[in-house]
Amino acid sequence: MLIRRGHDMKESEVTDESFYWNRRDFIGTAAASALAAMAPLGPWLVRNGQDDKLTPYDSVTSYNNFYEFGTGKDDPERNAHTLQTRPWTVAVEGEVSKPKVFDIDEILKSFPSEERIYRLRCVEAWSMVIPWLGLPLASLLNVVEPTSRARFVEFVTLHDPEQMPGQRRNVLPWPYVEGLRLDEAMHPLTLLATGLYGKTLPNQNGAPIRLVVPWKYGFKSIKSIVRIRLVGHQPRTTWNAALPHEYGFYANVNPAVDHPRWSQKRERRIGKIRKQDTLPFNGYAEEVASLYAGMDLSRYY
Amino acid sequence: MNRYRLTRWVVRPAVTIASLIPIAWLLWDTVVGNLSANPIEDITHRTGTWGLAVLLATLSVTPLVRVTGWSHLIKLRRPLGLSAFFYLSLHFATYLALDQFFSISGIFNDVVKRPYLTVGFTSFCILVPLALTSTNKMVKRLGGKRWARLHRLVYVAAAGGVLHFLWLVKIDKREPIIYASILVLLLVLRLGRRRRRLPG
Repeated sequence: MLIRRGHDMKESEVTDESFYWNRRDFIGTAAASALAAMAPLGPWLVRNGQDDKLTPYDSVTSYNNFYEFGTGKDDPERNAHTLQTRPWTVAVEGEVSKPKVFDIDEILKSFPSEERIYRLRCVEAWSMVIPWLGLPLASLLNVVEPTSRARFVEFVTLHDPEQMPGQRRNVLPWPYVEGLRLDEAMHPLTLLATGLYGKTLPNQNGAPIRLVVPWKYGFKSIKSIVRIRLVGHQPRTTWNAALPHEYGFYANVNPAVDHPRWSQKRERRIGKIRKQDTLPFNGYAEEVASLYAGMDLSRYY
Repeated sequence: MNRYRLTRWVVRPAVTIASLIPIAWLLWDTVVGNLSANPIEDITHRTGTWGLAVLLATLSVTPLVRVTGWSHLIKLRRPLGLSAFFYLSLHFATYLALDQFFSISGIFNDVVKRPYLTVGFTSFCILVPLALTSTNKMVKRLGGKRWARLHRLVYVAAAGGVLHFLWLVKIDKREPIIYASILVLLLVLRLGRRRRRLPG
């Protein structure tokens, strides 16, 4: 389940990196023993647990959808080294009283880093459990003071085909744009991630700063953000613009609403063989379902 | 060495072995851990694309014979066709066992509801009788003409396979378009030939 820690957590309280690496060794050993124990395959395959064990670091950083570096799952890890994450600024602008261009190091220094362990459910029906480091998006938005005209938030990824070779092909309209309703953006679960597994965010995972909205399909969690704009109208988001019948603006994880071409009822947790049931709002219904009270979720998919 | 013996003892065994390299490669990657974090997806995709590729290679044998005038090459059709069927059986078995866990209702719902699965499943079903009637004995039993008519269904299966691939890709259709283009080229060669044979 979700683990949240206080906003006033000290740097020293964040899980030490060596712990993670030890943990990985442990997972490796555990995996080896599990393989050895696979001889009586039957019961092991039948088990369909919802235990939320962390997805190994290697999987989180080698199996990515980040079309700016290629459409293959292994392309981002191979190609993202060309991304320059310093210097890096994030402009927060639009319907705000105090627009501001933040330097990434300023963000890292002035907002305490929190650890959040979230499930990530891809629209392609696979999922992971990832320990992120970051700051609530609300903390950043509060600094710029959204005006009463702000109803939505638009996020934009870097557009530079030199650094992002995938942008040389128009497989999607570049730059990648995503959006949230203001109340979704201000929700305490919504995170701006700057790291994972206690480390700096790897380039292939959206360095230096990305969005994480755990109750929505992964494509909403836009990577390598350079601009955040508060606006009065619903932003034109990338996947929604490319294939409107398949990818909606809301994109809340919902086992009851299938993708037109495949089922969303179940998902394969990376590292497991058997698929497991997908939960409404990816298991965060208690926290977020009220945001959509009265909305027809099969229409606003 | 004459052409017959060259085909029989060198070309055919070499092509048969070559058509099995991808499965050896996949087994190797599986054993040494070269697959991605989602190995079931890798196995599904690789058996599927190789099955389709080898199927298209099977269909290109007849035009190749025509272009080269080397009639013995027709002997390549059977091993290639069976190799394609082998990959596609693995592809289907992966779906059956590792995706649906032998859930008959799950498979039924999936195949009925998802057009890319309907067409993929149908194409695989079409290939089953073709594989079963691939022996010399069966050719004799059916009679050459009837056998040839039955085996023309391979074009339907190949077209279904290409459509299955086109429909399942999320947005980057480069790879299935390559397969579709090759199939269209093969069909044009085939139909062009037939038209010329008609009395004018």
